[in-house]
Amino acid sequence: MAYSLEGKTGTWEVVCGLEIHAQVISESKLFSGASATYGGAPNAHVSFVDAGFPGMLPVINRECVAQAVRTGLGLKAQINLVSRFDRKNYFYADLPNGYQISQFDHPIVGTGDVEIELQDGTIKHIGITRLHLEQDAGKSMHDQHASKSVIDLNRAGVALMEIVSEPDIRSPEEAGAYLRKIRQILRYLGTCDGNMEEGSMRADVNVSVRKAGEDFRTRCEIKNVNSVRFVMHAVEAEALRQIEVWESGGEVRQETRLYDPARGETRSMRSKEDAHDYRYFPEPDLLPLVLEEEFVARLKAKLPELPDEKRRRFCDEYAIPFYDAGVLVAEQATADFYESVAKGRDARLVANWISGDFFAAMNRTGRSIENPPVSGAALGELIDLISDKTINGRIAKDVFEEMVETGAMPGAIVEAKGLRQVTDTSAIDAAVTQVLAANPDKVAEYKSGKDKLFGFFVGQVMKAMQGKGNPALVNEAVKAQLG
Amino acid sequence: MSLDSATVRRIAKLARIRVDDAEVGVLQTELNAILGYVDQLNEVNVEGVAPLSGGAQMAMRLREDLVTDGEQAENILANAPDRVGQFFAVPKVVE
Amino acid sequence: MSLLNLTIAQASAALAAKKFSAVELTAAHNAAIAALNPRLNAYITTTPELALAQAQAADARIAAGTATPLTGIPLAIKDLFCTAGVRTTAASKILEPFIPPYESTVTRQLLEAGTICLGKANLDEFAMGSSNITSGYGPVENPWKRNGSDAKLVPGGSSGGSAAAVAARLALGATGTDTGGSIRQPASFTGLAGIKPTYGRCSRYGIVAFASSLDQAGPMARTVEDCAILLGAMAGFDPHDSTSAERAVPDFTAATGRGVKGLRIGIPAEYRMDGMSGEISALWEKGVAWLREQGAEIVDISLPHTKYGLAVYYIVAPAEASSNLARYDGVRFGKRVDGEDLIDMYERTRAAGFGPEVKRRIMIGTYVLSHGYYDAYYLKAQKVRNLILRDFNNAFEKVDAILTPTAPSAAFGLGEKMDDPVTMYLNDVFTVPASLAGVPAMSIPAGLSAEGLPLGLQVIGKHFDEETVFAVSAALERAAGFTALPSVRAE
Repeated sequence: MAYSLEGKTGTWEVVCGLEIHAQVISESKLFSGASATYGGAPNAHVSFVDAGFPGMLPVINRECVAQAVRTGLGLKAQINLVSRFDRKNYFYADLPNGYQISQFDHPIVGTGDVEIELQDGTIKHIGITRLHLEQDAGKSMHDQHASKSVIDLNRAGVALMEIVSEPDIRSPEEAGAYLRKIRQILRYLGTCDGNMEEGSMRADVNVSVRKAGEDFRTRCEIKNVNSVRFVMHAVEAEALRQIEVWESGGEVRQETRLYDPARGETRSMRSKEDAHDYRYFPEPDLLPLVLEEEFVARLKAKLPELPDEKRRRFCDEYAIPFYDAGVLVAEQATADFYESVAKGRDARLVANWISGDFFAAMNRTGRSIENPPVSGAALGELIDLISDKTINGRIAKDVFEEMVETGAMPGAIVEAKGLRQVTDTSAIDAAVTQVLAANPDKVAEYKSGKDKLFGFFVGQVMKAMQGKGNPALVNEAVKAQLG
Repeated sequence: MSLDSATVRRIAKLARIRVDDAEVGVLQTELNAILGYVDQLNEVNVEGVAPLSGGAQMAMRLREDLVTDGEQAENILANAPDRVGQFFAVPKVVE
Repeated sequence: MSLLNLTIAQASAALAAKKFSAVELTAAHNAAIAALNPRLNAYITTTPELALAQAQAADARIAAGTATPLTGIPLAIKDLFCTAGVRTTAASKILEPFIPPYESTVTRQLLEAGTICLGKANLDEFAMGSSNITSGYGPVENPWKRNGSDAKLVPGGSSGGSAAAVAARLALGATGTDTGGSIRQPASFTGLAGIKPTYGRCSRYGIVAFASSLDQAGPMARTVEDCAILLGAMAGFDPHDSTSAERAVPDFTAATGRGVKGLRIGIPAEYRMDGMSGEISALWEKGVAWLREQGAEIVDISLPHTKYGLAVYYIVAPAEASSNLARYDGVRFGKRVDGEDLIDMYERTRAAGFGPEVKRRIMIGTYVLSHGYYDAYYLKAQKVRNLILRDFNNAFEKVDAILTPTAPSAAFGLGEKMDDPVTMYLNDVFTVPASLAGVPAMSIPAGLSAEGLPLGLQVIGKHFDEETVFAVSAALERAAGFTALPSVRAE
């Protein structure tokens, strides 16, 4: 059901588009040879180019261009073989040149398309308007000194991709799903680490509201929102604010706003208003960026399989449900781990193990897919032991916990602890006889129609066998003896 | 097109140059003389002509992604009018 | 033998023959500067000790047999080139305390060739001007005087300090930069040769930017051959400048001896402007005759959009400058004037640091880029710029080089042409079109005005064909036989 907000005057639809700023993964900066690495001593990762010294000139980084092209391909977007850089002029203490080199009307990537999945399983397409390359600014800090702001230019000049969506987003959920999806695609491509806490990804959120069937109303831009949750909150908070403005007879002003997570509301950034004439013009220190078809083709050929395609392939190739496949492809490393274990094994069983006990152990132990609680080989061996009926599923869980705790291989654990499954029917029959004999009242109840007790008997038998009974054979034997 | 004094002030503000009232009048006259002169471009028919933005007629060269610069904070800060430790310093910005 | 009144080629030969040392040559120039610079103000900063140290190194190099033709040659460096450890002001108060920790590519290449830096030559503030009167460090006096007059004349601009230094024998040669005529017009006003090479021939790295799409470095010297020697060392591909051309540097010196036999020289009708002085057009006619006599074919051509060059220039250059000069904000380098807050600090710093002409151009540039005016001014100017480029491309299908006057007049008096900015801008009318098209152009001294002031002719060539420009210029130089000397000069 479509998301909407109820106001005093009726139902409102939310219209939202995102401008995502994603820091490009590269060794050096977009236009200088200084390191693009996060952190470092103040002003250590700075060249005279980054600091805007007289006579310094930008020279573009090939890898940053390649990363933008890869991202464009990943967003199924048009790659513009000729693009251009422009200067966006404004004064700020952490903008050394007094302008940002960006791409205004000839971006490197044009229109594209991204698929998002909503909670209810609906698939929705969000249009990409464009992607362009630009430089990041430095950082001003206002709390380091009583009377001064201080400036660190380590970030100045680091390459950013600005990914602009169409105003296709209609709810906070869609905004969140879209941002997560973009982050997932960039991480798959290796073009941005998607780390929102360190600021390698942040979003400007454009929000407006309208009544059904109306054209777009005035929008506001909420700057620099730095988590998926905040984006979702900001969309709703801003939509509610605008509804109130409209419904109280006011007019929403087009402006730049800031989201305050502590108060859960947006507020106006009037200070920025007068600086809005950016005087874009072509950057005369750079020439047009002309890409060879072959350059793009080479990057395309080496593009990794992206999450949507991988998910569909997993469903086909491993016969696992669409939902499970989505969980496994969320991170490329998880998908790789899954495939390394699933190859030649019961792929559905492997999927269940990874999304179940394995993830639980990973969270509990605070480990990651790169440094997993049990190795792929160990998990594979465990699956093999289950598949060849050496152990049953119940015992397997114990073995798994032992593996997490000690790092031992499952085969060794099974041998050492004698956990092999019992398939000897005479031993099983004996255990069943014993259990039935010990519970004559329950047997009577069962026979008078309380079918549910069947599970109780099976449980007791398994318990008596220290869990090692083959579940199918135990079931059979209980059924036989109960008549 | 001709500039009024309010526009001169707005442009000065955009350019971050303080101008006093006397300067506004002088600038207004001078800038209008220049704009009056360049207005002759209106005579030129530029239909179908692409804008030429640069002096060089070639495609842009791309540099390899190598760290070749930086790690010289002292040089970067050596000319700073004001600094706090390894940071540049400016009057406090209230956001 | 005077150590001051030499060409670079002569000095180079004498140094090689050990007739004098680089230290002697440099010391003579240091002394001449000490005597005359207080009057002419050609240098903003002099570097006598540095020069002597470099001269000692040059002598060692000459002794070791590893000298180049420029080893030991003392030069004036326009104070727009960043020089490591030597104050670089761009003639602006806003850069008064600025000591670059880096060297421009052009000056680095000159240093590597063994040249000596006598000091940083005066210029119009941020190279914005045609008379050197906009310098934040005072105007430069032209060493030339009108017959029977002691009135101070301007040396032209923006490379006026470079021009005055070389003309007054305070340097054997100089670096200049040319955005709309800043090498050619002062060369013409001071009886020197000077070339603005093709855009992209010399690296712009480390040169304080005025208008990035137009700025080019080039040499100024007493002869065409000296310019060829200097440009050979200044030019070349630089990976630090994206607009630098990846091309080999030809042997410019050899080109000066090619002659003009069989070359087609274009004479553009549109340069014959209303109000052009009789002596300028007479000199132009003379130039045509000299080339014809040496075997060139003279071809009438048309550069129809010439008259719009200045209007385009006075939109494009200020627009780029308004952005290029945004970095002078008192935060990372240069002078700061404290303020109540950040914006107040910016506004006070820039109001105090920039002179009136720079402010005017920043204001015009900001305006033509601002919302609602971009299309009418900047975009329109870019389109007309393309038409001007087409004019040259069309002309160069028919001719190998173009001959025009360099400036519409001889040097004028300090204080003249000050009525309004446009009158001053008209000085650049003949030099600006080549800058807009990015083609090479050279001014050579071709004669004296009735008042005894030098007048220059301009040779314009095809993109990256400086060799033909040198060949034609050298032919004109030979025919003109210009030997006059300025009245103020070191002996």
